[in-house]
Amino acid sequence: MATVLGGITTSHIPAVGNAIQKELYDDPYWKPFFDGYPKVHAWIQEHKPDYVINIYNDHGLGFFLDRMPTFAIGAAHEYKNEDEGWGLPSLDPFPGAPELSWHIIESMVADHFDITSCQELAVDHGFVVPMQLFWPGAPNNPDMPKAVPISANTVQHPIPTLARALDFGKALGKALRSFPEDAKIVILGTGGLSHQLDGARAGFINKDFDQYCLENIVSNPEELTKVTRMELVEKAGAQGTEFLMWMMMRGALGDEVNEITRNYHIPISNTAAGTLLLECAA
Amino acid sequence: MDQPGYDYHIDIPGTTIFDGKMAMKGYALNKMCYSFNKAENRDAFAADEEGYMAKYGLNEGQKQAIRDRNILKMIEEGGNIYYLAKFAGIFKLSVQDVGGMQTGKTTEEFKEFLASQA
Repeated sequence: MATVLGGITTSHIPAVGNAIQKELYDDPYWKPFFDGYPKVHAWIQEHKPDYVINIYNDHGLGFFLDRMPTFAIGAAHEYKNEDEGWGLPSLDPFPGAPELSWHIIESMVADHFDITSCQELAVDHGFVVPMQLFWPGAPNNPDMPKAVPISANTVQHPIPTLARALDFGKALGKALRSFPEDAKIVILGTGGLSHQLDGARAGFINKDFDQYCLENIVSNPEELTKVTRMELVEKAGAQGTEFLMWMMMRGALGDEVNEITRNYHIPISNTAAGTLLLECAA
Repeated sequence: MDQPGYDYHIDIPGTTIFDGKMAMKGYALNKMCYSFNKAENRDAFAADEEGYMAKYGLNEGQKQAIRDRNILKMIEEGGNIYYLAKFAGIFKLSVQDVGGMQTGKTTEEFKEFLASQA
């Protein structure tokens, strides 16, 4: 059976993709952000996962408002990015793992999570930037795992509750651990932390709330299920609702985790950037 | 579309909850902006803004907001920031530019505001 090694969270800001392209790792603005990643690289080098479950939120590339899945799972042989309206570079396709995708979908639906399955799915910066951060040169990195994208709706309310996101993760973890292959799996939870792009409150960042989330997601994620969705918008900002991806990731790891590394920096672009690597306790 | 007796939201100053009501109101505007994922559509808009807006069936308020490059008005007209960001992309505006436009700050002032929250 497959093993879940752990989970990694990161913000997935589009500007990070540009910074990587320009190799701004030592630039004074970017250094405090990129300094959060060497320990993640070392951990990935040590464990070399075979599969990556990339939990992100689409921002208007893969899905439009004509049909908006609350939870969508990619089941394709490969995933392509697009320029998203900003002229982002087109990368080579990311290799998929449809056999694992369908195993997850079967297991999740049996556990009462109604899934939208996607045999074609354009992946945006929410998926791509974390891959580039963790596997430099992605997808052309010799250690690049095969990917299963999972997207949750944070574009349009009603969005899932934090409790539902955590439960989704628990069911996902169960699905992964029953995959009949001796494989190692890592789970990404991307997006966040606090930020708001729109309206007169644009630029809102909330360090105290982010710290509360970072603390609790490690050792007491159930505490965070008390946060209502409207509180999440109020305290994390309209786009800080991406924290739901972190909850989904965390649910899949099981109760006991070891924190390997953590980074938090304000601001990157309009966002409080957070990175966390949690290893499943043996 | 109102559903009397239900209040799904709390009031958060300066924040529009993009829900079903707003998604219906802004559908045409957002659909046009979603089309800007493709370079050929961005070029078509740049070549004939009025014709492109008419093709997507924007109402007069939405058209005027686009003509005025008024992001707050676009949001009021049902625009969702993730799609509007693709409109902003046509003009090579960063999210700090867009943040400044919405808060009455210059881009530099907006960046300073972001950094002040560290």
